[in-house]
Amino acid sequence: MNSTAIEVAGVSFSWPGHAVPTLEMPCFRAMQQDQVFVSGPSGSGKSTFLGLLAGIVIPQSGSVTILGTPIQSLSTSARDRFRVDHIGFIFQQFNLIPYLSILDNVLLPCRFSSYRHERALSHDSSLHAAAESLLNSLDLSPSLWSKPATQLSIGQQQRVAAARALIGRPEIVIADEPTSALDADRQQAFLDLMQKECEQAKSTLVFVSHDLRLAERFSHRIALDERGHADNGKEQV
Amino acid sequence: MRQLVRIALHSAWNRRFTLGLMMAAVALSTTLLLGIDRVRHQVHEGFIQSVSGTDLVVGARTSPIQLMLYAIFRTGGATNNISWSSAQRLAAHKAVAWTIPLSLGDSHRGYPVLATNGDYFTHFMYGDKKLLRVANGRLFQDVFETVLGSEVAERLHYKIGDRIVLSHGTSDVRLSEHADKPFTVTGILARTGTPVDRTVHIGLDAMEAIHLDWQGGAPLPGMTIPPEMVRKFDLQPKAITAVLVGLKSRAAVFSLQREIADDKSEPLMAVLPGVALDELWRIIGAGEKALVAVSAISMAVGLAGLASSILASLGERRRELAVLRSVGAGPMDIFFLLAIEGFFVMLSGVLLGIGLLTVSAIVLGPTLEANFGVAFRATLPTISELHSLLWIVIAGLVVSLVPGFRAYRLSLSDGLTPRT
Repeated sequence: MNSTAIEVAGVSFSWPGHAVPTLEMPCFRAMQQDQVFVSGPSGSGKSTFLGLLAGIVIPQSGSVTILGTPIQSLSTSARDRFRVDHIGFIFQQFNLIPYLSILDNVLLPCRFSSYRHERALSHDSSLHAAAESLLNSLDLSPSLWSKPATQLSIGQQQRVAAARALIGRPEIVIADEPTSALDADRQQAFLDLMQKECEQAKSTLVFVSHDLRLAERFSHRIALDERGHADNGKEQV
Repeated sequence: MRQLVRIALHSAWNRRFTLGLMMAAVALSTTLLLGIDRVRHQVHEGFIQSVSGTDLVVGARTSPIQLMLYAIFRTGGATNNISWSSAQRLAAHKAVAWTIPLSLGDSHRGYPVLATNGDYFTHFMYGDKKLLRVANGRLFQDVFETVLGSEVAERLHYKIGDRIVLSHGTSDVRLSEHADKPFTVTGILARTGTPVDRTVHIGLDAMEAIHLDWQGGAPLPGMTIPPEMVRKFDLQPKAITAVLVGLKSRAAVFSLQREIADDKSEPLMAVLPGVALDELWRIIGAGEKALVAVSAISMAVGLAGLASSILASLGERRRELAVLRSVGAGPMDIFFLLAIEGFFVMLSGVLLGIGLLTVSAIVLGPTLEANFGVAFRATLPTISELHSLLWIVIAGLVVSLVPGFRAYRLSLSDGLTPRT
């Protein structure tokens, strides 16, 4: 039986100077290996939701519990540590550090987190082997590995970012509009790869997009409206 | 930490052109600061060491600075002379090792004429106890012979064997000339960087000789003594302008100074040249403070430029910093990343500046020394220079903390998704 990966209870968050809360979420729960689709128009608080999950912002009321740890109870630096140990990130674009090679980009989380470092080594013989097997399964040929990130197409860059988010098998992978810079065919292919890899790594995937065509591929969906209210009606655990 | 340095290096290499420009700006500021400082020191040094090894300068009673001005810098006029007999008594004093009699008053095309004797060339020292050296020719032996300082010879294009005419008085306007008694250049001294370079040297007897048929500053009407006749006269001077005194033991300097001041037969004074030169430098050295200010300002401008360049680049690096943050770099790491970069730009800029200074000293040094008499040599940084370099680097570190702090704030407020 899978345990709870993410639990949000009675959360209300407003940015400083805003009277109306940006986000209100009475209840949200995602199990380990769940794949959650978060949708909503721009300004609906999607980024704020991700910030809450990652512990970058702390709710004024309510609690966010990740892997059994109430995240608001941690100190700022402990939250930083917790984040890199347990959460992998993919962004819309400009994901990679331009001056590092593909391989170095993928290995970054292991450089900053010894936890991810060790988890990567528990499945592969070396860090490089771990990175290479991820890059291989994400269809990036070895000829690209030593190239700087800027020489790759957007699609390739996004797959490198996925490899970086997945290395060391973090329990949670957060993808913030990762497909919006890709064309329709590539969106589907990218999502296929992401979902397959997350299943393999037993990671919980939180996938944020305004593109509802992608939603059907997820069993668990939540929609945020303009006022930041979470619509839990579509939740199907 | 090692990771951060590695990332900082990669990142810096990625922006090497911009950072290179910043480094060059820091290097130029450093070169300017050190260069000005070095020239300033060497000018001061050169000034203070216009005379060395001389224990006392003796002349008629006046202000010590006045005495130094004409005895050492050969500028301005003596209000009173010192009698030859007093000079003789001084030379015979048991504490005195040597004396150099000096007589001034005439000039040649604006350059002062100094009448002295052979003791000048054997005892006068400047700089780090260096003796005068004849670069070309020989010392004067006959009455109408002269030895020129290097600048006089160079500027006026004189060579050995040339004949020159001295003017009465120190004015550049040649109203009254000793045209009937020309001098032959027999020697040219090596460059010293002191007032000696601007001096025309003749014998004390020659000074007497050209003034035999003069009285009260004008030629006696209807009376001329041709040069070949002067040797028939007594050419012993009756009075001279000043005497430089070297002692057998420096310990006697104050007792002799008092003894000279108390002399009943003639009102005289004795001055310690080092003390008087320091006093003089305080008056004319005000310009050096302006130099210090200028170099400090140039350094401040360089540092401000460094800070603003790093700050300006922050905008385009926000995304990069956010990505680093998403893979585990904390806000403090981001802060260090910026601070490390600023520090290295500063450090390498300063090192580059030292290199630039050394190269320019090698390339430009000889020209500067030849044309301006300013010694500008390639030397290892002195302790005090290293000190100020250390302060520059510390200042650079502090300056680069400003963009670092801004990056820290940005990375906190941006979280993982900068709104640029």
